[in-house]
Amino acid sequence: MQCDDVVEYLPGIIERGEPADRRVQRHVETCLRCQAELVQYRRLLRALRLLRTEVLEPAPGLLSDILAHLEAAGERRAIRSILTGRNVAYAGGIAAATAASAAGAVVLVNRVRTRKLSLAS
Amino acid sequence: MMQIDQAELVEAAKGGDRSAFDELVKATYSDAYTLAYRLTGNQEDARDVVQDTYLRAYKGLKRFRGDAQFSTWIYRITANCASTHMAKGRRQRHDDLDANDQLIDERPDYDPESRADATLLRGQVEKALEVLPPKLRAVVVLRDIYDLPHDDIASQLGITEAAAKVRLHRARRKLREQLFPMTGDVPGEGTAHAV
Repeated sequence: MQCDDVVEYLPGIIERGEPADRRVQRHVETCLRCQAELVQYRRLLRALRLLRTEVLEPAPGLLSDILAHLEAAGERRAIRSILTGRNVAYAGGIAAATAASAAGAVVLVNRVRTRKLSLAS
Repeated sequence: MMQIDQAELVEAAKGGDRSAFDELVKATYSDAYTLAYRLTGNQEDARDVVQDTYLRAYKGLKRFRGDAQFSTWIYRITANCASTHMAKGRRQRHDDLDANDQLIDERPDYDPESRADATLLRGQVEKALEVLPPKLRAVVVLRDIYDLPHDDIASQLGITEAAAKVRLHRARRKLREQLFPMTGDVPGEGTAHAV
């Protein structure tokens, strides 16, 4: 195996859980150049991991902006919920009114029929 | 903030307590901003991404099952928002990509010499990250800095796990070439050296 074949594997084998192919490993053990490159990858990985502990200072006003956005979103949600509730109430009201009208009409028709029958007899 | 406190705040926020969610924002927004900045490479985009992140978190809080830490969940959303944001192409500065145990130093932070070396390198690494194409930068930041698993990274970036790994290796190679140029390195082409 040549260095050209091995270099593709070097960025991956520094990571836990990605065991090196045995041929790759054998090459690295005997190749100073690849070993040096591997050391560089390890140094790079250490420096990257160190960045995890670093927290950047956010721009001033970011927190208040986030909270204001959330407030607005909360209000929109509340309004939507009220409107949805009102729509349900309107629909219920209309349905109840329709049912009452229908029942009234049925009663009226029955009364008229009863009166007609009594007049006929 | 203690993790237990965050868990309690999450439960309260799920129950509709807005002030609990505000507390969670206060506890995590600097970290979210740092990640957003590392992913986008500029302050304005990072700001937009963080705002989107918390709006999405707020709307989707009921779906947070609590099997990961709240901050990890926020990182995932941040990564997803940053990916969406960058895909829109707004204020984008760079984008040119399509896209054994014995070798591992497991506890580098405990070795003072390694730590000193890493500290010295930190500034250079930050600069190198800034000039990395965003798609490469995203995977290396999420994997090597924030330690997110490959499948998580792939899902947040909307790519396959194999693609995420390919990008990660390319990113590491580019960073290495930039930080430790070796004779025989061809920029962007990987290294070629014979035994």
